Amino acid sequence: MAGSRGRGRSQFTFNVDALGFGRGDSLPTSAQTPSPLFPPMQFRPVPLQTGEEVDYMLALKQELRASSKNLPFHIKAARTKTDVARYSDKYQNGELKNNCIEWSPDWSRMPKELCIKVRKPRKTAIGAKPQLKQKPKVAAKKEEVLQKLETLEKREEEQHSEEEEDEEKKKQNDEEEGPDADEDYDEEEIEDVRKKNHYNLIDNILQSLWCRHLRISFFLRFFQTQKEMSYVKKNIFFCVPQSKESHMV
Amino acid sequence: MRSDRRSLRHVFRETVCVPNSSSAGRRSHHCGGRRSDMSSEMTAQEVRLCGLLLQEHFGDVVEKVGTHLIRSGVLTLRALAHETKLPLDLVKKSLCVLMQHGMCAFGAGRRGPAGPVEYHIICERILHMLRYPRYIYTAKSLYGDTGELIVEEILQRGQMTMSSTVKTVADRLTHNMPEGQSMDYSEVVSAFSRLVETHFLQRCPPMASAESSSSGADNTPLPAVTQPTEPEDHPECYKLPYINLTGQGKRRRSSEDGEADPRAAKKAKTDSSERGDEGIYWQVNFQRFHLHFRDQAIISAVSCKLDQTSSEIVRTMLRMSEVTTPTHAAFTQALSANEIFRALPSSYNIARPILDQYLTLLVDDPMEFVGKTGDSGGGMYVVNLHRALANLARATLESVVQERFGSRSARIFRLLLRKRHLEQKQVEDFAMVPAKEAKDMLYTLLSENLVQLQEIPKTPDYAPSRTFYLYTVNQLPTARLLLQHCYKTVGNLIERRLYETKENKRLLEKSQRIEAILASLQATGAEAAQLTEVEEMITAPERQQLESLRHHINKLDSSENQVDETIFLLESYINSTQAPR
Repeated sequence: MAGSRGRGRSQFTFNVDALGFGRGDSLPTSAQTPSPLFPPMQFRPVPLQTGEEVDYMLALKQELRASSKNLPFHIKAARTKTDVARYSDKYQNGELKNNCIEWSPDWSRMPKELCIKVRKPRKTAIGAKPQLKQKPKVAAKKEEVLQKLETLEKREEEQHSEEEEDEEKKKQNDEEEGPDADEDYDEEEIEDVRKKNHYNLIDNILQSLWCRHLRISFFLRFFQTQKEMSYVKKNIFFCVPQSKESHMV
Repeated sequence: MRSDRRSLRHVFRETVCVPNSSSAGRRSHHCGGRRSDMSSEMTAQEVRLCGLLLQEHFGDVVEKVGTHLIRSGVLTLRALAHETKLPLDLVKKSLCVLMQHGMCAFGAGRRGPAGPVEYHIICERILHMLRYPRYIYTAKSLYGDTGELIVEEILQRGQMTMSSTVKTVADRLTHNMPEGQSMDYSEVVSAFSRLVETHFLQRCPPMASAESSSSGADNTPLPAVTQPTEPEDHPECYKLPYINLTGQGKRRRSSEDGEADPRAAKKAKTDSSERGDEGIYWQVNFQRFHLHFRDQAIISAVSCKLDQTSSEIVRTMLRMSEVTTPTHAAFTQALSANEIFRALPSSYNIARPILDQYLTLLVDDPMEFVGKTGDSGGGMYVVNLHRALANLARATLESVVQERFGSRSARIFRLLLRKRHLEQKQVEDFAMVPAKEAKDMLYTLLSENLVQLQEIPKTPDYAPSRTFYLYTVNQLPTARLLLQHCYKTVGNLIERRLYETKENKRLLEKSQRIEAILASLQATGAEAAQLTEVEEMITAPERQQLESLRHHINKLDSSENQVDETIFLLESYINSTQAPR
């Protein structure tokens, strides 16, 4: 075996004819590069099937693809704020948050650890309509508010001593409300525009108060949420003429 | 009804390069070994295709989570969030989406019920997404537009309760009806019940609570870990709940008062809990659809090979044994010729002896679709399901070789399939192909791995001059190879479509905007001059480009559908050869 190296040197150990070429023929050229990415095809491919069924399924496929983009199952990561926070961010619709899910699955069928806050759908179409209705409403509301203020004013003299206590209690409540404010904001997003009009109303009230000598603490009892209270506190000095300031505070 | 849907919806997305390197995922020790049909060993091509499908339907986030989970096998939530480096909330959302669609399942982890929950992906459900149009079209052909919409809604949302499905479908149908008409709920309910009776829809399996074996544990009303069960195990799998649902579909007007919507939405929420089917979710029974497709394939093969009447006979036989045949049976229940004769549709007036002749023809046919198992009752006949699938797969393989390498190579391939092992010389002789060309073709097929070489030594030292080299073709491994090619093909088609859309993104956006402008102009009643002015904003060469783009995308989509048919055949064949669970 090893000894035949010198003797039968040019002999192949198998039948050369089986290879498909003779002894003297040159070997086929070796490949220098990897095979091409799109090798040329020997035969043209068979044309695609046609027919009504095929067309229908094609239309179905394209529709499914398009509609799946609009379903809540299509999850997009929330955009990270790269530059300055803009005023318009608050009013733009495309607010996505990572920590809420846009549809409500059946949590009893899923492990508890996956439970996530469900975001209620925002109705943005409301904005247009209430604008028209608010103006006549504003006047009516103002009347109610003024009446309420009068009754409260009468009660003020009776409950003078309780006011300070109430104010303190309210301050404590407001602090507790602080961390919950986020959730309030989410739920109140629907009423965003209504709130704007609400503040217009508060402005109106404040302006009408200059002739009424009311204590600010008393007046604040009328407003319930942290937002409203802070708004009032901020604006009270602007709405009321300066000469009456001392009475109000 | 679909005419308004025929316009091409252009979608564009950035191509995401799915990394192609993957080691086979580690085998999952699944929760109690209940679901043995789940193999976490996915090939690279399958993983790539799953990734592309997830991205198309659910976005990049779900795709990232899904592909990572496929590659890793089984993971807990924390591990998954850590490894994908995504925020925990996004991972939670993605898992919820995947579970809603039945693509992800969870179970008690390796540390038992006390440890964290582990998740794994059910890959075949993701691959089924490729076949959604076919399911919907089948429902349409069997149960009309109502059935079609029901199946479409349930497919898109994963699982739904019966009442919500009925309402949504009624609203959609009403929307497409002429003004003043509306679809009654009862019609939709009847279509739904028919789908359930024929097992096309099934209830989602209820969650079986994991046993809390620790004594003195806190008595929580809801178990921390719930185990999913097989849908078929549940005896009420196909039982319709009693729901009190009357009414008609509502037409959703575009100019509707915004304030009415929250009221209606609130009402809908409280309604579903009053309907009586809370917690009973329905999903599509893919297995049943697959059986239907298989039957269709057999019938069309018979009608191509023989004639229409034979195919009708086979269709009758399959229809009769629909309910009695278990899912993975090799052949249907034996039917006597008398029964078949009685069950034939009345439009086919063939005499009894003619039927016998047809049956004999079917039995003698080399395709072996129908077999004879006895002589009682005029002859007992069965449809050989597994053999039919094998033959269909074989025909697919042969056709692939023919179209890629020519008819002579196909002849050699068929020869090797039939004769199993042949030497080079024998191949040349039997195939009647000249020696040089036969060698060439054999080597080409060998390099494509469609043909294998088997060595049979005469002497123990494997000397080449004293060894037989036999060419052989094994049908099953070749079918698997072809299936992987198909997955790769579909992946390539999807990527090419994404690339085409991305290349022409600007043009597509422009055309969309112009369409929107035109639509709004038409709605507000503009003159023809204004409309033509807007239309002219797209120049003629751009129009041509758009047209060719649309043509390409249609072609790519159509090809995907067609390759999916081959995938289905090969998958059914491979599954039929595996031992039944």
